[in-house]
Amino acid sequence: MKEIILQKINAQIPGAVIESVEFRNDLSITVKRENLLKAAQILYSDPELQFDMCKDVTAIDWAKRKERFTVVYQVYSFKNNFELRIKVNLEESDLSIESLTSVWKSANWYERETFDMYGINFKNHPDLRRFYMPEEFEYYPLRKDFPLLGIPGSLPLPEHEK
Amino acid sequence: MGLEAKLTKDGFITTTLDAVIAWSRKNSVWPMPMGISCCAIEMIAAADPKYDIARFGSEVMRFSPRQSDLMIVAGTVTYKMAHVVRRIYDQMPDPKWVIAMGACTSSGGMYRSYNVVQGIDQFLPVDVYTAGCPPRPENLLNALMAIQEKIGKSKARDYQDIPLEKIIK
Repeated sequence: MKEIILQKINAQIPGAVIESVEFRNDLSITVKRENLLKAAQILYSDPELQFDMCKDVTAIDWAKRKERFTVVYQVYSFKNNFELRIKVNLEESDLSIESLTSVWKSANWYERETFDMYGINFKNHPDLRRFYMPEEFEYYPLRKDFPLLGIPGSLPLPEHEK
Repeated sequence: MGLEAKLTKDGFITTTLDAVIAWSRKNSVWPMPMGISCCAIEMIAAADPKYDIARFGSEVMRFSPRQSDLMIVAGTVTYKMAHVVRRIYDQMPDPKWVIAMGACTSSGGMYRSYNVVQGIDQFLPVDVYTAGCPPRPENLLNALMAIQEKIGKSKARDYQDIPLEKIIK
């Protein structure tokens, strides 16, 4: 499977895949940010691949790495019974990435969650609002520099008479 | 038997109004079951025939704050949920009481985290805290009995400084 996937992507967008790692039959590929949408479209629509299910979208905060964030898409092909992880590295100065809602509809809420927790800005997302936290919340709780007990006063409580 | 045995002659007893009101109030505490998470399961168990909260006159568990006297907050209260809990509490008529059931409501419990309120007494006046994760039904009944004891000691003058519009609200 690995060869077919890499060959299909590289044939249409040369140099898109920066790295591909296989660990215990789990393949993950790292894609350049600007090629993500195109690569996703190939993976989804190619008749031999048919990665038709997006199982999860999340991110990793590496805290001290130069490219601080990694956005991870976990996709699955029913036809081949094959899991694939697509990764994109992002620098903190520019956290925008193309939304894959146009390819996989299920990415909609996953991307909202990733935006809420890590502050990744998904371009062309149909409804990029806070997912768990209140709308007026200003921080991204799953970042490494966010304190465990939160920031005092950032989440308002009801008025307590007495 | 019972009350009749005391009414030996003409059917009169002498008592104070406070005592009668407190006695009737404490034996019909209608709970507002604010079941938010797993504690709610134990709260439901307290209503079943084995534990039988009806023995204490508190079987009227309806999700109807406007007819309730006691709010049992059973479960983890997040900052988002806190506003809902407070709004429901505000709809209950005075006088009213609150049981903080379980570790989460009392102190945040195991959720020492940015999203969980570390104790509902930050936004609600709590009367009884119940330990446990979740507390067993007996423990909830014990809390209810503590509330009854508190109500039994109340006097009319305890509520007289409450402005009328607040009682009506």
